[in-house]
Amino acid sequence: MHIGRDIVRIDGHAKVTGAARYVDDVRPDDCLYAATVRSTIAHGRIVSIDQDPAFDWSDVTLATAKDVPGENVVALMTDDQPVLADGVVRHVAEPVALVAAPTRDKALAAVRHVRVTYAPLDPLFDPEASEGSATRIFGEDNVFSRITIDHGDARGALAAGGTVIEGTYRVGLQEQLYIEPQGMIAIPRADGGMTLFGSMQCPYYIVKALTRVLGHDKLNVVQAATGGGFGGKEEYPSMVAAHAATLAVKTGKPVKLIYRRDEDLRATTKRHPAIMHYRTAVDPDTGKLLAADIRLLFDGGAYNTLSPVVLSRGVIHAMGPYACPNVRVEGRMVATHTPPNGAFRGFGAPQVMFAAERHMDRIARTLGRDPLELRRINLYRDGDVTPTGQRLHDVGGAEVVERAMAACEAPLPPSMHGTRPGGGGSAGRRAPGRGVAIAWHGCGFTGNGEAALKGKADVALEGDRVVVYTASTDIGQGTDTIFPSIVADVLGIDVERVRNADHDTGLVPDSGPTVASRTAMVVGQVVKRGAEKLLDALRAEVGGGPDDSFDALRAKRKTDAPLRVQSQYEDQGAIWDATTYQGEAYPTYGWSCVVVDLDVDLDTGEVLYRRLVQATDVGKALNPVLCSGQLEGGALQGLGYATCEEVVLDDQHGMINNRLTNYIIPTSLDAPEMVTELVEIPFEFGPFGAKGIGEIPHDVPAAAVAQAIEAAAGVVLDVLPMTPERVMTALEAKGPGRDA
Amino acid sequence: MKIDFELNGQAVSVEAAPMARLLDVLREDLRATGSKEGCGEGECGACTVLIEGRAVNACLVPTVQVAGHKVLTVEGLAQDDRLHPVQTAFLKYGGAQCGICTPGFLVAAAELLAEHPSPTRLQVREALAGNLCRCTGYQKIVDAVVAALSGEVEPAGAPGDADLDRASRTC
Amino acid sequence: MLTTSQSPVYVAHSLDEALTLRAAHPEAMPLAGGTDVMVFIEAGAIDPPGFIDLWAARDMAGVADADGGLWIGALTTYTDLERDDRVVKAAPALVEAARTVGAKQIQNRGTLGGNIANASPAGDTLPVLMALDAEVEVASKARGARRIPIDTLYTGYRKLAVAPDELITRVFLPTPHPADVQHFRKVGTRLAQAISKVVFGARVRLEGGKVTDARVAFGSVAATPVRCPKVEAALVGRAPDPAAAGHLLDDIAPIDDVRSTADYRRTVAVRTLRSFISSLA
Repeated sequence: MHIGRDIVRIDGHAKVTGAARYVDDVRPDDCLYAATVRSTIAHGRIVSIDQDPAFDWSDVTLATAKDVPGENVVALMTDDQPVLADGVVRHVAEPVALVAAPTRDKALAAVRHVRVTYAPLDPLFDPEASEGSATRIFGEDNVFSRITIDHGDARGALAAGGTVIEGTYRVGLQEQLYIEPQGMIAIPRADGGMTLFGSMQCPYYIVKALTRVLGHDKLNVVQAATGGGFGGKEEYPSMVAAHAATLAVKTGKPVKLIYRRDEDLRATTKRHPAIMHYRTAVDPDTGKLLAADIRLLFDGGAYNTLSPVVLSRGVIHAMGPYACPNVRVEGRMVATHTPPNGAFRGFGAPQVMFAAERHMDRIARTLGRDPLELRRINLYRDGDVTPTGQRLHDVGGAEVVERAMAACEAPLPPSMHGTRPGGGGSAGRRAPGRGVAIAWHGCGFTGNGEAALKGKADVALEGDRVVVYTASTDIGQGTDTIFPSIVADVLGIDVERVRNADHDTGLVPDSGPTVASRTAMVVGQVVKRGAEKLLDALRAEVGGGPDDSFDALRAKRKTDAPLRVQSQYEDQGAIWDATTYQGEAYPTYGWSCVVVDLDVDLDTGEVLYRRLVQATDVGKALNPVLCSGQLEGGALQGLGYATCEEVVLDDQHGMINNRLTNYIIPTSLDAPEMVTELVEIPFEFGPFGAKGIGEIPHDVPAAAVAQAIEAAAGVVLDVLPMTPERVMTALEAKGPGRDA
Repeated sequence: MKIDFELNGQAVSVEAAPMARLLDVLREDLRATGSKEGCGEGECGACTVLIEGRAVNACLVPTVQVAGHKVLTVEGLAQDDRLHPVQTAFLKYGGAQCGICTPGFLVAAAELLAEHPSPTRLQVREALAGNLCRCTGYQKIVDAVVAALSGEVEPAGAPGDADLDRASRTC
Repeated sequence: MLTTSQSPVYVAHSLDEALTLRAAHPEAMPLAGGTDVMVFIEAGAIDPPGFIDLWAARDMAGVADADGGLWIGALTTYTDLERDDRVVKAAPALVEAARTVGAKQIQNRGTLGGNIANASPAGDTLPVLMALDAEVEVASKARGARRIPIDTLYTGYRKLAVAPDELITRVFLPTPHPADVQHFRKVGTRLAQAISKVVFGARVRLEGGKVTDARVAFGSVAATPVRCPKVEAALVGRAPDPAAAGHLLDDIAPIDDVRSTADYRRTVAVRTLRSFISSLA
């Protein structure tokens, strides 16, 4: 058996020896290097694009909007985003032109000799001023999408009594910061088609987008080893692929386009900022939530990308993991002349869960109750009904809280902060604090998304080995180990004999995108069914009995021909109404409790992490090392979101801290020691009971940190990130001498 | 100019601009692509190599400065197909996820292993603080390095066929 | 990379060769461990017409005990400083500062001379060197060596009182008084790989419960690293008094930038200094 064991990741050896091939490690013969000319202003008309006559253009190819071979659109949800700006730019760093040259140096030099003249237009940056503004960015009113959930009678109940508590919570942009920048190689094929090879999560997104960019579908998309994604390589690689392909068509040669880090930070999608207003009524005697009226405003940036889906997850999760009989959530996703925001781990949930958890703290503060007790009183239990009217089952809320609280009874690891270099030694003044927060996270696509998509997977017997064909990429989370482990256990063979086929759309069916905490849970189940179907097919082929082992059946074959079966998502009959936002929003939910112990430096406002405990209901840990590894990585991204990751914008809303020196993610010294408790409350339709785990760890570390800062230093922060500057402002506002 | 140095025990000679980054010479001229570029400014550590046993960012080293020196990259960690203990430990403890930062961490850890017999977890964290990872939260990396340093993890044997399949994957 | 520099590199194998090359190529930029220069090239911020590579001039590295103190070669790396017992004993604050520069990879390559020459207002060792009364030796082929007290070295933002034919050759640290207390504090953007938002070095002589001598210097709070004479004057002649930290605002002039704000820098500079003074009592 492999499931439930720490099988060493199958791609591990290649990764520890340097043999794994990432896109920039590959250099086809005769390859040209590409670079991108980007808008320097947020909004304006393109008057002209000129080539500096003093520059040697003899070996450089320039492409502009007119060179896009097919349609000038990056097809995703709507067709609003062009491959190359045509006439108008709508955000800073928008691609305006492309160059290809024999060397990277020459391509980068050429970019600096393309002169773009703009006639600037008024930019619109304030999301609160976006809807209905005379400055039109999208559609009739600059609203990408609007979603309302109505459950019970929230406004009536708010007027009826209880203690009414109101708060506003704000979160900023966050960058995914995969360590490998975006990159793609477009290779013209001998048959007139095109191969795209690169760093990505979702090969079929690129097929869809490039079919329209190229004007034909003779293309295949191949995933290179991918150096992290976190959502940042969900939709954006379609843009990179479109650019490489446009140049490959124009030059007839392979074209390699690798982003510089500063360019990647300035141009690519980020987590949506949000302003979230909560108004709740609570029974002051019981602490029970009576009603909630929630208004969410998300800034989508200049193009739609996947923003409506982000908003969808945001409104559904806005109440947090707490039962409330009367809930109204109104969400709006609006356009601004900011670089487009897009997918990032959690996909709208980390924003609202910060607000929901901070609001629970506000309620506790107002009522004079313990924040954890208040949470326990209201936490979902089996049979409770969510704001979309879904009756919950397999609820792990209470258990994750108990497991997390038990785990944090162990003594804290020794603090390094008193002894660390530059930390002030005995002159340092630090106050300890603990915070607890609880998350729920819908696993898989929202509503009937899976039923509509019907993700496919093929499983094939090839010789004495078995190959799994899916478009579900391994971006570090372990798909290339998990799927073979599932198949090996179904077939009763060693995992050494099973491997995932290359994620090449010329070979694999469309399993759906590698997103939404769905790969192991949803596609994994399709793969499991595929393995079962393969066993059935083999048995039927050789006329074997029900007790024959896979190898016994195989030995009876009269042919060496591959035996390949296809499996497809099977609808569980979920009822979902996308117009009223009522029904079964997700097939199941993950649950997590996060406890953060930290010190606040009272002289600097720095937050110094000691330990992060998380207990998470994962359904079934298919591979505990991979599972807890993902949870820990997600939690640290959550801590970065909490205190250090801030995108600083200039007057054109371009990121000015677009270097790793200035966009601050945690190092190993900043990270706490982590304790990860895996709770297993199985999901009936997940493979071996597995639930999705990819996103939930990012949801509430920030809220736990905010509560811990409050406990440590007596200051309340309702904004992310809680930088030392913001903490210090709060400490100063308390007045000198009262913060010790 | 012609620059001679030793790469992973082999004498090499390249024709390069003296200010060419060692990282480009390794990756582009010598096709040793194990060292990765994540930032180009010495922040992420994905290009960490050892020069005369000391961990440095290859993106910040002008190639002229390695003339006559010994350079070790991730490709040189395994000896005779036997993995270095930190490589084995990364496999066992889940130190690698997406893998892009892994070569840099392994090389930085190899320096620590050579110089420090029994560091605390905090010392491991300090020694690895020049390497950014976005997948693991560092917990399993620290676990792996501590295990490798304690001698708990022995060098592993040659890779199996499945690994070689993966390793040889190209477009 | 933005573009590879194609400029020539003149390699010095000794201090003497370095000075000869410096005289011959005054337009060329001296290059030590490259940890700043290579970043500037990558960012497109500089494109010098040539470089003088000092890395092979091994006689410019290392620590020597002479003249009533320590001489530290300009090519001495941060790692070398951390590992030298004499430096650890005489200048613990400098060692602490060295351990906060970048991380291991930078400390293995970056040099003390490079930190001084780069002249960043955020240079982590510079306030400590000021607090320790360091003198910087510069030399030229034509005029030989001279010593510059480090608190007069910086004449403006990234400007040094060093002639185009001179090189920073070594640094002199006088032997500390037994009653001296050294202190280093860095408030960076994170705990490693961090640029300082506020950094300070201090040396306070405590005799009979009173401060008899004080040096306080801050970085990242003005166009250059700065000595803080008002604070020093307020400290000397009495028992350590945290109120002396209030004078700091007369000594510093921080600004808003991409990493922090002037307000934060002022507040944190005063608070951390006050806590240091309190810890002396």
